[in-house]
Amino acid sequence: MTPAFSIALDLFPLLAALLAALVCGLLGNFLVLRRLSLMGDAISHAVLPGLVIAFILTSSRSSTAMFLGAAIAGLATVVLVELVKRLGKVEPGAAMGVVFSVLFALGVLLIERAAVRHVDLDAECVLHGQLETLVWFDAPTRFADLLSLDTLRAAPRQVTTLLAMLGAGVVFVALFFKELRIAAFDPALATTQGFHAGVMHYALMLFVAAATVASFEAVGSILVIAMLICPAATARLLTDRLLPQVLVCAAASTLAAFAGYFGSTWIPAAFGADSVNAAGSITLAAGGLLALAVLASPSHGVIAAAARRARLRRSIELDDLLAALFREEETGQRRMGALRPAAAQRAIGRGLVARTGDRLALTDPGRAQAREVVRRHRLWEAYLVERAGLSPDHVHETAERLEHLGVRPAEGPALDPHGREIPRGSPE
Amino acid sequence: MLASLAAPDESLPTLAEVVRVLTFRAGYNTSTVLLGVTLLGVAGGVVGVFALLRKRALMADALSHATLPGVALAFLAALTLGFSGRSLPILLLGAAVTGVLGVVCVQLLLRVSRLREDAAIGIVLSVFFGAGIVLLSIVQNSGSANAAGLNHFIYGQTAAMRVSDAALMGGIALASILLAFLLLKEFGLVCFNAAFADVDGWPVSTLDLVMMALVVLVVVAGLQAVGLILVIALLILPPVAARFWTQRLWTLVVLAGVLGGLSGYLGAAISALMPRKPAGAVIVLTSGAVFALSMLFAPSRGVLASALRRFALRIRFAREHLLEAAHENAGTLGRAALDALARRRGWPGWFRSMILTSARVRGLVAAANGEVRLTDAGAAAGARIARNHRLWEEYLIRYADVAPSHVDWSVDQVEHVLSEHLVAELEDALRARAKGAAR
Repeated sequence: MTPAFSIALDLFPLLAALLAALVCGLLGNFLVLRRLSLMGDAISHAVLPGLVIAFILTSSRSSTAMFLGAAIAGLATVVLVELVKRLGKVEPGAAMGVVFSVLFALGVLLIERAAVRHVDLDAECVLHGQLETLVWFDAPTRFADLLSLDTLRAAPRQVTTLLAMLGAGVVFVALFFKELRIAAFDPALATTQGFHAGVMHYALMLFVAAATVASFEAVGSILVIAMLICPAATARLLTDRLLPQVLVCAAASTLAAFAGYFGSTWIPAAFGADSVNAAGSITLAAGGLLALAVLASPSHGVIAAAARRARLRRSIELDDLLAALFREEETGQRRMGALRPAAAQRAIGRGLVARTGDRLALTDPGRAQAREVVRRHRLWEAYLVERAGLSPDHVHETAERLEHLGVRPAEGPALDPHGREIPRGSPE
Repeated sequence: MLASLAAPDESLPTLAEVVRVLTFRAGYNTSTVLLGVTLLGVAGGVVGVFALLRKRALMADALSHATLPGVALAFLAALTLGFSGRSLPILLLGAAVTGVLGVVCVQLLLRVSRLREDAAIGIVLSVFFGAGIVLLSIVQNSGSANAAGLNHFIYGQTAAMRVSDAALMGGIALASILLAFLLLKEFGLVCFNAAFADVDGWPVSTLDLVMMALVVLVVVAGLQAVGLILVIALLILPPVAARFWTQRLWTLVVLAGVLGGLSGYLGAAISALMPRKPAGAVIVLTSGAVFALSMLFAPSRGVLASALRRFALRIRFAREHLLEAAHENAGTLGRAALDALARRRGWPGWFRSMILTSARVRGLVAAANGEVRLTDAGAAAGARIARNHRLWEEYLIRYADVAPSHVDWSVDQVEHVLSEHLVAELEDALRARAKGAAR
């Protein structure tokens, strides 16, 4: 078995997965920002009865009827959740759980009924889709031949629907970007600015429902949920601004779709196994990207945070060492307590401290820096006593922390509360 | 309803059959399953109360979706070790392990990243489920003959349950019910005031863990019968429904247990009678119906009850407006005055006649030829309302820094909630102040 890209087998499934990932990711940005991620989850569960009812009523898989049914069900979910929340005074999470589980159960029950009539709608494919069935039988073998109208004509309905959906989604977000942004960050402001945040909310939910329907047939509802949340959450960890977030999210969606799709064939093939479910593996890829962002995001990642903490710890250790040496010089007593040898090494390395025998002494630059630290410490002590009303024997510990901040109180008295001289700023 | 649910090639069960199933006489297997699902429903209701009160309802959703990879992994592991892959205890153990792992992941995401709870739950739910789907497809590729049964964990299937499966399910459910009742007081404390419980020396985090463990037990027990997507409904629906009926924890727990048990019992019975019906969906729809009925008809918190209460209040306010207007018009309101009042207050005709009726049956007014005349009781009530009105106006002008032009507007609402006692106090204060000013 040779894992390679075959236009006949892979083009349309990949395209469908990619388009679904992009459209869901795009809308997901706003769900994640508005803390409505689980609304996406609820809607994608709850469109099932809408689909099935439309299907039973029209006895066909006509896209229009399905779309209509699902959109109605999606909106009904939003409205019902709101009703249960408001009229029943039920906690939001539970309200969502009530509505989507009941609607989904209805869908499952109806789908069994539809299945009895020997029609091809089954509960399994709702969950994980039928990417593998999007085969292009008389596909050209060369990539160059793809650049013709025939490609578009041959594209299966799922792909064209998704393409249209993506187009609509991009237009919606581009047109209402400003409104969506205000509604996401400050719904009250949105209302005072003269457009109704509620309308935006319902419009967004309508799009989520539509995207769910457009995607579910090809990729299954589980991938829809993953793509609504994971890429947007990934982007949220990488940037603080909305436009970059939308772009990063699109990149993450694309990456997940490609990695997941090819991973589902190539990785098992490396172990001599058959390919695994593509929708599932795209979900895993999206999860993997998110995990990567959680760990390695430069601004919000675990590693970056740990590095920041380590840097802070080192600088505090250095400050403490310098300050201790400064006080030693001041009083002439040895008062070096337990100091980290690593801090001393670093101080020597930076030329702030010199070692003679087993004694450490400040160099001139070291003394200047140490003077600043002690000065901040004593200024803070004076400030805490004078302004914050603490008693002089209580301020040392607090000042010990505040001295490491970049800021210090404005010039204070000449002596600190313990009667020691506050060093003047170093002569520059 | 049954008729519309029945598939075309499925005949409706006869009454005798229905009675036989419902009274546990439809064979050992069916009865065990029925009992097991009922116990499961009770357990879901009881444990769900704490999940609901602790606002962890959707955490259970992440948990239940996260069980799928565990089921598939346990199946694969059992096969490689030479056991039968269909051994339920092994599968459920796997489910519990990854389920807990999912919850741990949610907590971890909340701790180390800036993602909110909704996103964290959604991520864990979908990624774990995706992993489960991948693993399931591996299981299917492995061509193992009994792999198909694993799909039943997604949507649930009681028809294929064996007696031992049902007994295991019932046993787990019973154990979690007992544990929940044993720790009822402690759980209640943690749910209502975790900070106080902590200060008071209770091991809050341990109790939280035990609570989560109970949720795990219920989810895992429910996997086979209800399926992992819908099992969360067992934990959410009965407690939310029971919450409409009571304010007390003990009653809430018992009621949620009863409603859950009832849903389980009816759902399992329906799917025993019509085996094609997916039991999980039927159980969830049954408790959904219980929820809807509770939400609509519960006496104190129900939608209907509170709508009626609101309407009664509106009538009372309107009646007081009527009495006040009549009082200020020397005890009578002619047809024209009544029309003017109704127009000013925006009362539609039907509402106006309801007000008149309510005032008449209370003996406050006598109405004849479209005219309203206050009775003695009505005159007293009208005088009291008018006096309240004046007092409030005075109070708001003097003490509350309300612009005089706004007073009348706000007074209409507050005069109805003023207690007699407060009025007396206010009157004294005003009188004293008036004397002081005169001196």
